Amino acid sequence: MRSARRDRPWVFRTYSGHTSARASNELYRKNLARGQTGLSVAFDLPTQTGYDADHVLARGEVGKVGVPIGHLEDMQTLFAEIPLDRMNTSMTINATAAWLLSLYIAAAERQGVDPRQLSGTTQNDIIKEYLSRGTYAFPPEPSMRLISDMIAYTVDAIPKWNPINICSYHLQEAGATPEQEIAFAMANAIAVLDAVRARPDLPAGSLPRVVGRISFFLNAGIRFLEEACKCRAMAELWDEITRERYGVEDASLRRFRYGVQVNSLGLTEAQPENNVIRIVLEALGVTLSRNARCRALQLPAWNEALGLPRPWDQQWSLRIQQILAYETDLLEYEDIFDGSPVIARKVRAMKAAAREELDHVLAMGGAVAAVENAYMKRRLVESHTARLRAIEKRELSVVGVNCYEEHEPSPLVGGAQAILTVDESAEREQIERLAAFRRQRNAADVDAALTALRDAVRNGQNVMPPSIRAAHAGVTTGEWADVFRTLYGDYRAPTGVSVSTVADSDEQLEAVRSQVHALGERLGRPPKLLVGKPGLDGHSNGAEQIAVRARDVGMEVVYDGIRLTPEEIVQSARDEGVHVIGLSILSGSHGVLVLDVLEGLRRAGLSLPVVVGGIIPDEDAETLRKAGVQRVYTPKDWDLNRILGEITQLIAEAAAPA
Amino acid sequence: MNRIDDGRPGRREAALVLLDALESGTRARAAAGTPTPTCVGITGAPGSGKSTLLDALVRALRRSGETVGIVAVDPSSRRSGGALLGDRARVRSGAHDPGVFLRSMAARDHLGGLADATWASVAVLAAVFDRVFVETVGVGQSETEIADLADTLLFVAQPGAGDVLQFMKAGVLEHPDVFAVNKADLGPAAERTASELATGLALSSRGRSTWTPPVLLVSAQDGRGIDALLDVLSAHREHLHVSGEATERRARGREALVSNALERRYGSYGVERLGGRPAVCARVREAPEVSGFALVLALGREIEAALGRAASAADDAARP
Repeated sequence: MRSARRDRPWVFRTYSGHTSARASNELYRKNLARGQTGLSVAFDLPTQTGYDADHVLARGEVGKVGVPIGHLEDMQTLFAEIPLDRMNTSMTINATAAWLLSLYIAAAERQGVDPRQLSGTTQNDIIKEYLSRGTYAFPPEPSMRLISDMIAYTVDAIPKWNPINICSYHLQEAGATPEQEIAFAMANAIAVLDAVRARPDLPAGSLPRVVGRISFFLNAGIRFLEEACKCRAMAELWDEITRERYGVEDASLRRFRYGVQVNSLGLTEAQPENNVIRIVLEALGVTLSRNARCRALQLPAWNEALGLPRPWDQQWSLRIQQILAYETDLLEYEDIFDGSPVIARKVRAMKAAAREELDHVLAMGGAVAAVENAYMKRRLVESHTARLRAIEKRELSVVGVNCYEEHEPSPLVGGAQAILTVDESAEREQIERLAAFRRQRNAADVDAALTALRDAVRNGQNVMPPSIRAAHAGVTTGEWADVFRTLYGDYRAPTGVSVSTVADSDEQLEAVRSQVHALGERLGRPPKLLVGKPGLDGHSNGAEQIAVRARDVGMEVVYDGIRLTPEEIVQSARDEGVHVIGLSILSGSHGVLVLDVLEGLRRAGLSLPVVVGGIIPDEDAETLRKAGVQRVYTPKDWDLNRILGEITQLIAEAAAPA
Repeated sequence: MNRIDDGRPGRREAALVLLDALESGTRARAAAGTPTPTCVGITGAPGSGKSTLLDALVRALRRSGETVGIVAVDPSSRRSGGALLGDRARVRSGAHDPGVFLRSMAARDHLGGLADATWASVAVLAAVFDRVFVETVGVGQSETEIADLADTLLFVAQPGAGDVLQFMKAGVLEHPDVFAVNKADLGPAAERTASELATGLALSSRGRSTWTPPVLLVSAQDGRGIDALLDVLSAHREHLHVSGEATERRARGREALVSNALERRYGSYGVERLGGRPAVCARVREAPEVSGFALVLALGREIEAALGRAASAADDAARP
């Protein structure tokens, strides 16, 4: 056997962006200077869901989990002094992907770059937004149409662009087993390709090239050998599906191309320094197999469960990649798993299980149908519940969390500068820039561009050309999205919790259940809990798990899903007659939103105990408690029974004596 | 609303007195010729789009200035007694609008039926709002009970939900007064389901009513058929009054309210003390001027007295 040529390293990225286009641009240039080889843009939630910074739902969210991009000027600032013809840019953008790509193309044109030279990826996977991540904006059908428009447009206009990154990443974060991850990702890819294939305007013979531009975005958990097998199984399945279903003859167009962000679900708040080891092992899972090696890798920061990572934390993650690729001998060999009967057997078993689940989803009408009837969501909530139960029962070991909990104090955590905080003035300044931008643009051009876009949507023409014109004309993110919202309405995905099965009992759960029943006797009806997710943050897994367990211990739970305003939460608390409110926020906007809810309750004359869960740094937790929040829960509080026991106790204390 | 949803001794009686007063007020309004709100029940399988359809109806009603009260019932878990309620948020039109009120409720420990508090809530909402809707999942016993509670029962079907035989087997053709096939935007599949429902209805026997339940195609998404559905609901209300079925229905509803409430509270053993369900229904019919809630209170006291006598007799027998 000839000795292998050294493999080319994958693209090194760090998911980043915050505060403003200017601040993010500085960060990007610094990261590139340190050896990062591609960019991964994190947008803030208003940008992801199509609202301008001055919209009521954007309050508290501007610049928090990513960079706010409201118009062409922001996009130009974001990439100032970064030549776009030589950059590989990945954008985590979905519902509004067509718009952000239009802004990117317009920004490139203003740099004098021919769009044909652009390379990069728009995430653009709406299915997983309904299932897990929550930053959808429109109903499934028009959303699928936007995706298919982008694919049909880019295949010739920007041939090096990956118009969609089918994400199984978020499915694992939502609790998916590896087999579910494979099956749902494949079902999703099939839904997209079927939609594109059915387009009358698709140039004849271009389907194989379209297939060749489909890429995937995977997760990698701590069971890193299983993860290596998962990647191999997906590569084989994709090869089979693209050949059988879409008749792609050219093997290079059937290649399974994927990027990875390794697991955040398994990162712990307890003894967070251990996360570095987890991240290294997870990175191995997706790089060990040469035949199924990732094309791009993003590693989270070790302290992600504590708050927004600082530049130093992100640099540490980049160094992991550089050591793996440049110091070790990883890239020198051919595929080291080829010929291993153990690996082959595992891959076969995973493929078979995934095929079975895939066939089941296809039989019910495919991925879109399985979103609308909540099948996939229900399966994910079930798997996630099972995982948390296993941790609680110590069947699944998490070092530092449910075993080896005793530890030396970490010198790395604590102190005022331990995490990055976004300056509260970011929102005000972004709104000021937006207002200034609106003043200087040509109103007639904007109106004409919006009318042209609306006509294209109505007449079933590709929305990309009019969107690019709108970008040049000075249309804002909110205005672009409003065109679709007006035509298709707001959409709310099924929460999936109401059909989930009741957890197996154990002593702890029984103890809380009898506590709840006794309280119900005292109150005259079962205790009623409102689980609220204020703001634009769509990460609903935590809220869903609390809602399901509260039901299982005997509470009546009102859970209305994501994206509620503080006013709506207060109104719901009043009309529903709840005894306690639990708020869940992971975007870092807890400061503003929780205080707004407390203020609303006061104005409505309601004195109800309020608890908050989320990624909340210690100092913020203290501020919230001072403002009247009774309990603050963070990722280190993994024992759901204990949380619900405490909530029951709070209701008992708040209730007037019988 | 919290006050009528309280099962503690003493509080429950207080709630019944309050409800009796409310219902007397509603009756007085009716007697004075003021139109009283009809209660529309909405059932259908999960996923048929009941909430989104309700949202569309509410929006249309609000445009014409009518106020709306909604009770949304979800099943309780048999094992834990808990319940997951929602999705309120799908009825978005209520946000920031004092003319819309929604309360979600659990069915509690009652075999798939409605909680006492559901009947009570409808009485409260009927005293305040122009229209009252009760939304249930419509499985098991709630199907029958919602038919007793509501003046008009609307069944929401989704395209491809099944063939005639399945509809008949599921018993969904017996009670509803109006059928709406949702998601008409899906085209032929919706039309097929509508025609299957119509065929099934023609084959099934539906009691003595002269009302033929219409089958409508609607779409909560694009608004198709919503006005027609509201017209049909009004037509059914008109029919109830003209045909005299309204009186008959309300009487049947009262019987169900009283006997169900007594059975939930005292069990069938307790109801036997009054001679069983038929005897209770007869007592309700004999007192048309008394509200159901007052009857629950009065008959409940009779049962308690009888049970007390039985208990002391048993004590006597046990004494040496």
